[in-house]
Amino acid sequence: MFGKNKASGDENAAEAVKETKKPGFVKRLRARLNQGDSWLTMDVADLIPGGKIDELTLEELETRLLTGDVGIDATEKIIGNLESKLRRTELKDLQALGQALRSELREILEPVSKPLQVDSSRKPYVILMVGVNGAGKTTTIGKLSRRFLDQGHSVMLAAGDTFRAAAVEQLQTWGQRNDVPVIAQQPGADPAAVVYDALEAAKARGIDVLIADTAGRLHTQDNLMDELRKVKRVLSRLDEQAPDETMLIIDAGNGQNALVQAQQFHEAIGLTGLTITKLDGTAKGGILVAIAQQLQIPIRFIGVGEQAADLGVFSADDYVDALLSSNTE
Amino acid sequence: MFENLSERLTGAVESLRGRGRLTEDNIRDTLRQVRMALLEADVALPVVRSFVADVRERAVGEEVLKSLSPGQTLIRIVHEELVRLMGEEASGLDLRAQPPAVVLVAGLQGSGKTTSIAKMADWLRRRENKSVAIVSADIYRPAAILQLEKLAAQVGAEFIPSSETEKAVDIVERATKLARQKVVDVLLIDTAGRLHIDDEMMAEVAAVHAAAQPVETLFVLDSMAGQDAVNAAMAFDKALPLTGMVLTKTDGDARGGAAVSARHVTGKPIKFIGTGEKIDALELFHPERIASRILGMGDVLTLVEQVQEKTDREQSQKLAKKLKKGKGFDLEDLKDQLTQMMSMGGMNALMDKLPGMSRLPEAARQQADDGQIRRQIAIINSMTPAERRRPRIINGSRKRRIAAGAGQAVQDVNRLVKQHAQMQKVMKKFSKGGAKGLMRAMQGRLPPGFGR
Repeated sequence: MFGKNKASGDENAAEAVKETKKPGFVKRLRARLNQGDSWLTMDVADLIPGGKIDELTLEELETRLLTGDVGIDATEKIIGNLESKLRRTELKDLQALGQALRSELREILEPVSKPLQVDSSRKPYVILMVGVNGAGKTTTIGKLSRRFLDQGHSVMLAAGDTFRAAAVEQLQTWGQRNDVPVIAQQPGADPAAVVYDALEAAKARGIDVLIADTAGRLHTQDNLMDELRKVKRVLSRLDEQAPDETMLIIDAGNGQNALVQAQQFHEAIGLTGLTITKLDGTAKGGILVAIAQQLQIPIRFIGVGEQAADLGVFSADDYVDALLSSNTE
Repeated sequence: MFENLSERLTGAVESLRGRGRLTEDNIRDTLRQVRMALLEADVALPVVRSFVADVRERAVGEEVLKSLSPGQTLIRIVHEELVRLMGEEASGLDLRAQPPAVVLVAGLQGSGKTTSIAKMADWLRRRENKSVAIVSADIYRPAAILQLEKLAAQVGAEFIPSSETEKAVDIVERATKLARQKVVDVLLIDTAGRLHIDDEMMAEVAAVHAAAQPVETLFVLDSMAGQDAVNAAMAFDKALPLTGMVLTKTDGDARGGAAVSARHVTGKPIKFIGTGEKIDALELFHPERIASRILGMGDVLTLVEQVQEKTDREQSQKLAKKLKKGKGFDLEDLKDQLTQMMSMGGMNALMDKLPGMSRLPEAARQQADDGQIRRQIAIINSMTPAERRRPRIINGSRKRRIAAGAGQAVQDVNRLVKQHAQMQKVMKKFSKGGAKGLMRAMQGRLPPGFGR
């Protein structure tokens, strides 16, 4: 997508066609990411009397990475690299500094910029959605269903959040909006049983993609993490390869704890993808950089609004561009 | 929560222990640690800067020179400044108004507004004997109104129905009228989650506020929030006259620095913290205690309060009377104590609140499992009343019988009897010397600065 996503190539031709229908997406993302105080690139020139770059300039950049939630470790690594380049006098002016910063960020994010490929030989392709409370799992499922339908896949949803009041109804509403079947049981039912049922139903009906919702849970709650392990175990009993994708949803408004979330969920059930939501606020989701650096989990999608269309494929280039470019275009 | 921050700060301050006096140099290192710790804890950078500057200014000066222990002085200063940052005292809801007192809740998507409303309704009904009505003005998120309806039924609050086809302002106007007719004490209003930069939605919530005329307008803040929390808090404070905040999801391991920054930029107190998935998992916010927890001094005060609330008063009075009469603390009493401990959330919940526990390795903390308490209760249950009253009569054959009855090894029975004997000794001291005797008996086991 975005016309310059080299990673996806031709296999994604259908998707690319789809994307060209909403060409405003990058621009919208860019505009949104640069709302409020324009972050990294905001009057860096003012900091540099005579355009000279020194330690103070780097300190200011460090500050900005930190306030973007990039985190201390990742920030220190990036600034450290810029420092050594500066020492080797490779950075002569502001533009060179901007380029260097951009390539530092891209170097971390490029390897994890891997779009989700639905394997059409799998029927169904099973996606398990996990995350802490309020991250945006159910909304993302609604958007994902829309997306898969647009790509010509048939979709089924499993109401695995049997704990939160009205969670099932919330998912069913999304199901109705997209005209997609939702497999649900009564509140308090075993989520593993719901998901198992759904997988059986999806197999019987020849569905292409099954998306399973789960209750939000803090990664510190061992019994709830065990519950997720069970869901996974039960799925694999019916289909060895399932789930094909175990996706963690992360709220861009979260700070350093998002890294801990990713670590703990990954350790407990093995993540294969990440989606970051609520990037349409002033939060920059900089913790993605730290997560990418430490865990190398593929980043799949970004959520930038509440409508079904407000979901984009993550691309390192565009993400870094959006973060660094100014609002003037 | 706040555990990692505790570790960092405890480490930073401990590196100062044992040194003769504070110098400019070692302050600089420690303050750098403090700065990093706060940043890692998601405290907003400008807040961190002013905090570190304040601490530095206070630390370098006479206060330190007069002190005998530089580490203690620095703990005190960092602690006092943290408390100051988080607001001076705990404050519940201020509901002094012509009933119904209206409480409006607002915040970003997914911060925990609806759950917090249900918890507050439960709190008001249970603790303050108020009649509560709830209404949802969230006409956007699918099934949000239904979610609140189900929660209202769960906590026994009056639910005022609303529909996604209504306007938020109309819902609120209708609900306040209805609440007045029904003569409820408190009306809680839930609103849709919204981004602080969404002008249209911010205008909507401002209109809802104008229509509701609330006595309390609470901003709900996720304790996992990052640097951007300051922007959100400021924008909401500007659009609405906030009166306070609710900090949610504090049962995770988020360091919660966002709370510090949001408090700093809005100047509005944090009234409640959400501490779990259950409806009663809501506590009053105590800045003093949280600051102590950050510094690894333990949240002893919260623990004391919980013990007071959950302990059966009569039972404790019975025990106290018995001890006063000079009678011993028998195994039956121990069983009561163990049972009470379980009802307070078990060992781990208690240990979290004790000083210095954050420095224990994870493995050691795991050992204090609740299974052990349950097993001990089982052992006592397998004893005859005579054995419980007079543990001295428990001989070898009795031990074997008890062990078999409880499904435990004889060694476990031995351990329990021995533990009980030790406790008896402490209790005797307690009954003789009162609280002072106990403090003396525990001297040296409390962290510095405790019990001042």
